[in-house]
Amino acid sequence: MSKNWPLWEIFVRSKNGLEHRHFGSLHAADAEMALVNARDVYTRRNEGVSIWVVESKNIIASNPEHNGEMFEPAQDKVYRHPTFYDLPDEVKHM
Amino acid sequence: MSEEQIKNPGTERSRSLEKQFEARIARDEKIEPKDWMPEKYRKTHIRQMSQHAHSEIVGMLPEGNWITRAPSLRRKVALLAKVQDEAGHGLYLYSATETLGISRDEMYEQLHTGKAKYSSIFNYPTVTWADMGAIGWLVDGAAIINQVPLCNTSYGPYARAMIRVCKEESFHQRQGYEIMMKLANGTPEQKEMAQDALNRWWWPSLMMLGPTDAESIHTEQSMKWKLKRKSNDDLRQQFIDQTVPQADLIGLTIPDPDLKWNEERQSYDFGDIDWDEFWQVVKGHGPMNKERMKARVGAWEEGEWVRDAAMAYADKKQERKEKQVV
Repeated sequence: MSKNWPLWEIFVRSKNGLEHRHFGSLHAADAEMALVNARDVYTRRNEGVSIWVVESKNIIASNPEHNGEMFEPAQDKVYRHPTFYDLPDEVKHM
Repeated sequence: MSEEQIKNPGTERSRSLEKQFEARIARDEKIEPKDWMPEKYRKTHIRQMSQHAHSEIVGMLPEGNWITRAPSLRRKVALLAKVQDEAGHGLYLYSATETLGISRDEMYEQLHTGKAKYSSIFNYPTVTWADMGAIGWLVDGAAIINQVPLCNTSYGPYARAMIRVCKEESFHQRQGYEIMMKLANGTPEQKEMAQDALNRWWWPSLMMLGPTDAESIHTEQSMKWKLKRKSNDDLRQQFIDQTVPQADLIGLTIPDPDLKWNEERQSYDFGDIDWDEFWQVVKGHGPMNKERMKARVGAWEEGEWVRDAAMAYADKKQERKEKQVV
């Protein structure tokens, strides 16, 4: 037979109040096994309180070759930042 | 346009991409999996990272040998945790390597057929309990010296994996040194056992840091890509300078009659390394090369039915779920 175990991406929340962060990936036959393997591979020293697993094929990634079209439009919009606006010095905190 | 650009626009384009790429690395930018990279960068990283992963996996075998015979429960849980860490390190590194477009199966295939190498140190036998001490202290010590600079390497997934590995590695070395210390302060027989382990592991540990700079073929390019920050000879000197006082402290003797403090260099001078032995082991003629591969391939083959059963179970569950939806 020999069908390979699919690849899963592992996200771990290191403590409540923080977001899940990408930790790495691993192979597992199904989601349940991916979860327990992720426990052993990525949280052997209390690194997490919650784990998400997502099969890698379900992640859609942007292409770095298109970073220009994708991200440059934000670069010339300085008016989105507070420092763009001139205020008198008397206004201390705003 | 120059004549060459007209004749060969493809080469010209890739040369300019390559220049930009090298400039990014020189600026300390990280390279991520989907970024453009020269084919040579991809291949070199696949080679080094997969061999690093293989070393972690094969590295479990010499120590696994002693788990059932550890002298106390304290030693047993520590050794078990260390070997489990090595499995973890292998897995971090395999998955980081997969981001370069090679499958896990291809990597296993390369290891099992002998096409890919792993660290030659694991081809030496572990004949006494003191070898667990010597491995943690010396082999993991040398590994740390090799690995710390890699936390800053240019390929993002490799650097991230190495940060995690380095964080976990220091426990390995400390548990090894503690074993050596206890034996060295024990009965005369125990001390002799510790000394004997040091005698056997010292030279292979020095060799583990790689051939001399004059013979190291990959150094220059690897420095540029930050796959290497210091030369093999510099790393070796660092390892010796750091380890000799640790041996003195527990009353063990480094098995090198030429070892001597050099006041002028503020470093230890040391004797000649038997590089013939190193190359023999690399070429597969070390004391345990065959045994290690037999154990590794055996584990893979005997596990096949388990992997297949898990996959069949997952498929069946999935089918059942789909039927219920209909």
